[in-house]
Amino acid sequence: MKLIIESISENESFARTVVAAYITRLDPTLEELADVKTAVSEAVTNSIIHGYNKTRGEIEIECSISGREVDIKVTDRGVGIEDIEKAMEPLYTTKPEWERSGMGFAFMEAFMDKLEVVSEVGKGTCVSMKKWIGKEQEGNIL
Amino acid sequence: MKKEGKNSQPRLYELRGNCLVIYITQDLDHHAVVGLREYSDRLIESGNIKHIIFDFAHVDFMDSSGIGLIMGRYKKVMFLGGKAAVTNVGEVVNRIFGLSGLYQIIEKYDTVDEAVEGLQKKHREGVKQS
Repeated sequence: MKLIIESISENESFARTVVAAYITRLDPTLEELADVKTAVSEAVTNSIIHGYNKTRGEIEIECSISGREVDIKVTDRGVGIEDIEKAMEPLYTTKPEWERSGMGFAFMEAFMDKLEVVSEVGKGTCVSMKKWIGKEQEGNIL
Repeated sequence: MKKEGKNSQPRLYELRGNCLVIYITQDLDHHAVVGLREYSDRLIESGNIKHIIFDFAHVDFMDSSGIGLIMGRYKKVMFLGGKAAVTNVGEVVNRIFGLSGLYQIIEKYDTVDEAVEGLQKKHREGVKQS
């Protein structure tokens, strides 16, 4: 599934809702659904606020399912991240004046099983996330 | 009910003594926060407010933008000698608050009534002690 949206804040809820609908075939729990929605919301918001800042551009959201694993890639062609390690530190933000909490990446990490960020200054950023759906049900059977 | 801006949803607020109660009626993401921030600050600055209470009864989703909103308003009322609280927090939002560490600085109550009572009581005790 590939979704291309304009980098405006109105599209944040649209993006996470589409991804949530896409993964319903895996019959996720409400908690898993919330996890994925939050992670997508964080990634898309980052692209809008940091990637494109006050300019407009496209954000691509690519999802695939293999077995019980969901793979989500959120890509922008914005300014890119200079220091990814620093950007991923909890509470670190380059936009404190906008009251950004600096918890975006921390939430993506907490709610997904795998998180990978590739970025190049001036070229853009790709956030790649994976989550295994159905861990809880499996645990219950065992 | 008051309408703010052309794109935003109607929001409700209430003044209970010196507590400003903001009823959030939409998913709390970056888009919603931009409008709510201005909305709450205008109310805080309109005077006679000490504490702020955010009611989450109608919120099914929140991301880190919501944390920024609450933190920012907490700082504002803190300067007025007040406190911030959240009420009617559902499971999904509760996990986000828990993970963010926000409960270390703001209080959680089941209902708005309990929050109003709790905040004013604590404030009175604080005044007596100092």
